[in-house]
Amino acid sequence: MAGQLKEVRNRIKSVQSTQQITKAMKMVSAAKLRRAQDAITQMRPYAQKLQEMLSNIVSNSEGDTNIALAAERPVEKVLLIVITSDRGLAGAYNANIVKAAKQAVADNYSAQHAKKNITIWSIGKKGYEAMQRAGYSTDASYKDIFLNLTFENVQAAAQAAVKAYENKEFDRVELVYSQFKNAATQAFVVEQFLPIPKVQKQAGAKKADFIYEPAKDQLIAELMPKILNTQLYKAVLDANASEHGARMTAMDKASENANELLKTLKISYNRARQAAITTELTEIVSGAAALQG
Amino acid sequence: MTLEILTPERKLYSGEVYGVQLPGISGLFEVLDRHAAMVSALGKGNMKILMDNKNNTESYSIQGGFVEVLNNKVTVLVEGAKEA
Repeated sequence: MAGQLKEVRNRIKSVQSTQQITKAMKMVSAAKLRRAQDAITQMRPYAQKLQEMLSNIVSNSEGDTNIALAAERPVEKVLLIVITSDRGLAGAYNANIVKAAKQAVADNYSAQHAKKNITIWSIGKKGYEAMQRAGYSTDASYKDIFLNLTFENVQAAAQAAVKAYENKEFDRVELVYSQFKNAATQAFVVEQFLPIPKVQKQAGAKKADFIYEPAKDQLIAELMPKILNTQLYKAVLDANASEHGARMTAMDKASENANELLKTLKISYNRARQAAITTELTEIVSGAAALQG
Repeated sequence: MTLEILTPERKLYSGEVYGVQLPGISGLFEVLDRHAAMVSALGKGNMKILMDNKNNTESYSIQGGFVEVLNNKVTVLVEGAKEA
């Protein structure tokens, strides 16, 4: 009886210390999430203005604009940029992104996959490991962006993708990542990165007699890479916020589960303790009765 | 005129200024009050904010970017700006 008591006591202790860890991780994630959200809000004005400039130029020019990075060509080779996290313990976050990437390949690029013409660039260690295990040809050049998340690092990755596209190493580039909705929900998306989707002319755009320096076409050619940089940067920031959000919810759930577990353990502990006391009492009483008899 | 300098990481500057010097792709130029509407690409170089007409300036070195001037509001988008 006493042995069982000790066992339950040890389990209670171990569950409590696990709960302490999950609670601490939840709080750390909450703080990191706030910082990640801040970064998104900080970059929004820049991204909006850039997009506005582009649609302004396109709307103010007559006829179709010629953009090299927007030219569609037959899709032979595909590059997927898969953004996951470096660390686990974030619920199904990484698994879902990997699943989305595989689904995208199965849905749209099964012919290219059969010819082994699909390349994966992983941002984040978890996705890299998973995709490699699944037998895709992976490139780890940009795996460690999350170790030092700055615009320069992301820009380098975006420019490398643009360059590879220009050199016809790939005919299509897609991003697979998780958009940040709120702490509890993420949307897993596959987004076309290259060729650039056509820019629509806007009827309500500012009609002003702009001086363009250099000419419009050249300006657009200059703007495009910058827009791609910000697009990838935004995706990475979104993924970062999603990761911390997912981890926060996962750890919250874990702490809650630990509470449930503790409750049942405490009941069985008390039951065992009560049983031990009762046995002891019976022994004493019957011992005394034997002496008197 | 109002000047706003934006980078992907944060808003670098926002406020009323006398003028701003920018490294255009084809050479340095200056935007003063009531400049005509303009969109221009910027190259690598120094950007100098003229706070007033008494030589109070603030400088940044930039890697490239864009500027839009519209209705006396100047928006500068830059990548890789460092205080110089």
